Amino acid sequence: MSRRGWGFFVGGLLVALLLAGVVSNYASSHPDGLDSSLREGCTVDAEGEITGGSCPAQRERDHELGDSPLADYGVRGVDNDFLSTGLSGVLGVLLTFAVGGGVCWLLRRRDPQPTTGAARGDAFGDARSGAAGDGTGGGPAADDPVTGRRAASGAGGGGPASGGARAVDGR
Amino acid sequence: METLAMHISNGIIDGPVAAVFAAFALVVLALCVLRGRRDLDDRLAPMAGLVAAFIFAVQMLNFPLLTAGVSGHLLGGALAALLVGPWIGALCVAVVLVVQALVFGDGGVAMLGLNITNMAVFGTAAAYLLIALLLRVLPRTPAGLGVTAFVSALVSVVVAAMGFVVQYWLGGTTDLGGNLGGLAGTMAGVHLLIGVGEGLITATTVVTVAKVRPDLVYALRALKPVAPAPAVPVAGGAR
Repeated sequence: MSRRGWGFFVGGLLVALLLAGVVSNYASSHPDGLDSSLREGCTVDAEGEITGGSCPAQRERDHELGDSPLADYGVRGVDNDFLSTGLSGVLGVLLTFAVGGGVCWLLRRRDPQPTTGAARGDAFGDARSGAAGDGTGGGPAADDPVTGRRAASGAGGGGPASGGARAVDGR
Repeated sequence: METLAMHISNGIIDGPVAAVFAAFALVVLALCVLRGRRDLDDRLAPMAGLVAAFIFAVQMLNFPLLTAGVSGHLLGGALAALLVGPWIGALCVAVVLVVQALVFGDGGVAMLGLNITNMAVFGTAAAYLLIALLLRVLPRTPAGLGVTAFVSALVSVVVAAMGFVVQYWLGGTTDLGGNLGGLAGTMAGVHLLIGVGEGLITATTVVTVAKVRPDLVYALRALKPVAPAPAVPVAGGAR
């Protein structure tokens, strides 16, 4: 993937960090659709506590991990609400990115040939190393991935070992 | 900020039903891993991380609904299905829900199977079925993609909400006195509104990604328009 390719991921992550870290403080604090539906039939005071009536939400029990340091989207020990919410959002974004991306990175298809090292280098480096592959690296042609995928899965027919699939990708 | 619960909390659905759905969710997620691996390459893996992180972020952004005193937030099934496909997409939403339950105290751990079933499985599946249909018949323009995203996102939210109603019918802990229809109606109504928000967010995000990096939109890669001859995999490549 070209340098531009990684720029997209960095940019996307920054947007997510900004949303969770800052904008989250301006989110509505009203109960969401599920919560409010489950409170139908009950009366609720200004604090959001159920004061009477009968509704499914009354059966709600405590969370198993309710005393987690990040419970309820706040950081325990940080008294400033703005900071607490924002910080928990930032940590959550980094955590979900690491878990989601990490699991998928481990599960990803690899070339049958032992080119893992090369492939990994390729992801960061082909803008630098591959004048050949570069013509296409960030190429916006929407079809490429399909061909790329086939080339990769049938890698026997591929040929040039290092980062071959990627290079083929764009021609 | 007071308790901010966005997903099914402990005690709302009884234990046995929650356990059955936990088993169901586990089986489906295993299937998603097996089938999704075929899609997962060096480019889709970081995209999956980004999609999970983005969904987590936007789920924090409760938006007000027209109905006073009620908010809604993204579920993310349609967004994930569009950007990384149904299999990895379901895994992404599941990752978000697992992190929220285990770290943020949101959505009971015992209820995780129910939440995953509704939002990661039903939501993503419903969205992708519609995406597959719409993207083949609508023009390949930003507008076509936007409409696809909006409609599939809206429907997926209502489907996920109805998933909860079915679960409540099976194992709800409060006797509604035969008034399950009332709960269904309330859930459907409020989630129709949330679906509009979900649709707008999903369409905006996907159209933006498609403009910057169309090669990163799974649905555009995987789904060919019907008009040209059916794309049969030909040995030696299509060109």
